[in-house]
Amino acid sequence: MARARERALSAPAPARARERAPQRRRVHPAVLLAGSVVALVLSVGVAATLGAADVSLVNVRDVLLNHLGLANVPVRVSEDAIVWQDRVPRALVAAAAGAGLGLCGLVLQSLLRNPLADPFVLGVSSGASTGAVAVAVLGVGGIGLSGGAFAGACLAFALTLALARATRGGTAGILLAGLAGTHLFSALTSLVVFAVADSDETRGVMFWLLGSLEGVRWDDVVLCWAVVAVGAAVCLGYAGRLDAFAFGEDIASSLGIPVARTRAVLLLLTALVTATLVSVTGAVGFVGLVLPHVARLLVGHAHTRTVPATIVVGAVAMVWVDAASRVAFAPTPLPVGVGTALVGVPVFALLLVRRGRAS
Amino acid sequence: MTLHADGLTWRRGTRVVVDGVSLRPEPGSTVGLLGPNGSGKSSLLRLLHGAARPDAGTVLLDGRDLQRTPRREVARRVATVTQHAETDVDLSVRDVVRLGRTPHRRPLGGPGPRDEAVVDAAPAQVDLSAKASHSWHTLSGGERQRAHIARALAQEPAELLLDEPTNHLDVRHQLELLALVAALPVTSVIALHDLNLAATFCDVLVVLRAGAVVAAGPPRDVLTPELLRDVYGVEAHVATGPHGRLTVTFLPPVLPPVLPPVQTPGRALGQAWTGAGESRRDSVASPAPEAGVSTASSTHGEAAPGSSTAPTTAEPRSTATPPKEARTP
Repeated sequence: MARARERALSAPAPARARERAPQRRRVHPAVLLAGSVVALVLSVGVAATLGAADVSLVNVRDVLLNHLGLANVPVRVSEDAIVWQDRVPRALVAAAAGAGLGLCGLVLQSLLRNPLADPFVLGVSSGASTGAVAVAVLGVGGIGLSGGAFAGACLAFALTLALARATRGGTAGILLAGLAGTHLFSALTSLVVFAVADSDETRGVMFWLLGSLEGVRWDDVVLCWAVVAVGAAVCLGYAGRLDAFAFGEDIASSLGIPVARTRAVLLLLTALVTATLVSVTGAVGFVGLVLPHVARLLVGHAHTRTVPATIVVGAVAMVWVDAASRVAFAPTPLPVGVGTALVGVPVFALLLVRRGRAS
Repeated sequence: MTLHADGLTWRRGTRVVVDGVSLRPEPGSTVGLLGPNGSGKSSLLRLLHGAARPDAGTVLLDGRDLQRTPRREVARRVATVTQHAETDVDLSVRDVVRLGRTPHRRPLGGPGPRDEAVVDAAPAQVDLSAKASHSWHTLSGGERQRAHIARALAQEPAELLLDEPTNHLDVRHQLELLALVAALPVTSVIALHDLNLAATFCDVLVVLRAGAVVAAGPPRDVLTPELLRDVYGVEAHVATGPHGRLTVTFLPPVLPPVLPPVQTPGRALGQAWTGAGESRRDSVASPAPEAGVSTASSTHGEAAPGSSTAPTTAEPRSTATPPKEARTP
């Protein structure tokens, strides 16, 4: 070892160069941030031009500037309504959903040390569907579809955690409890639909369950982005702790992480973000699983980088997938969840193949 | 700068895995934890770094209850290398070492110059600087173990807890690693299986059986044939070697006799092979050259059974020869 120390001292330059090598490929964070904001604004703008009614990009810009109070350009009322009341909020909710679900997937994958974890692994989406169906079909309470979904999601999460706690199985226990919760609540959803609903109601609920951004409003935009912003802030604060989970809970604990509290905070956070997003958009599948992997491929594994990268990539990707699902079978809209799976599965397969080649 | 254990007891279900253990290592000393598999070495280490809470007794870090000390503060003082710490994350050695700086950094703060300097220096201490940029998944088991130790050193601990750190290491790295740990100005508690390494590098040995301490003290006092027979159930010879070091030599255990293979008439080929194998083993194993000569002569000298060498041949060997002679023609 003395020899090794001498070697390191006598030839520091090449050693350093080699060490830095993998970082050179990475992009500077500031460039990435600026680029991503531009990409998001452009994506929303272009997405707002797409659809049955033709609106030019210039008109979209004018509408946006008018409403932001930066200009006063005369535009047709119908175009203004289409862009400002329909397409822009929709694109922004899609962006929030992509960002939020990606973020939750990232946190759960790191926390549970499982590359297959996604935001729905704790039974949240399946609980949301039961809640929504209960409201839509059985007419429970005066809380609306979104309220029902949110209540169902929280209930499912609470049950999952209670079960995980009872099993004392640690990470594996949480995953298995989540699996049990997911199946229980999907069975309950099917039971309600089977027993009570007529075909029209079923169709509507099923459409919503697959993930749908029909009829979102500015209220939804504000709610979703508020939740995503809180989630992003907390996750950035916890970035170092999430890194420390790489070798499991014992090592995390020996590195000074209060494991139980960290896990509780992050599980609760992901459940609330997911429940809120699912209550607005339905269970948009696959984004939460794939996006963290894409982000890691772009910026490496350190959470100070992957958290912002997942948010940006998720937001931009979802805007485009939603726009594509809107126009692909126009005038009939495709549920955005179908779109995300259709795009996400090939991307995921590509990642798996690349990963296999690299190792 | 002390890490003391007072009367630690830990139950897992109905089993007592740590049974009233007290430990007061001298600052800067190297303590070896010995004991057979399942004697509670790893469990004791888990209690010592606060990953588990004892049912009775306390761990005191500078006189303060470890369970009431913030984890971050503990991690700046006590570093741990556990067994089987694996990851799916695609980390480089440097990334792993950098994890050791976690307790020294503010939640949102980036790495400072001191962090970088420590992260630069740690891999060299375990002979891993050439692989600092390599991916975790390309490392051998021994290199992974050394990367974990570099990570622990990057924590700049005052106490170092190591759970069988020499597992997977070749002999050179075993010696270098323990020499490094023994030379570090830290208090180390090391769970070990190799008694000779323990005797060479530890100042104090603590022997556990069924979670309880059965012996503690300097290696020369602890490692006695009686204790090894009692705790490990092995016969051993303990002596001072040519360099003045304590060496433990194990004697092979007496196994129950192996039954001879059952001879079935239909398996001639199998018989032939066993027979040949036996005879070859016979001649190799015979300690004196005469015995080999005698077997050879009895094999060839079929016509002269009463030759002068025959009486020196042991009785079982001469009875084993006839089937071989029968096959040779």
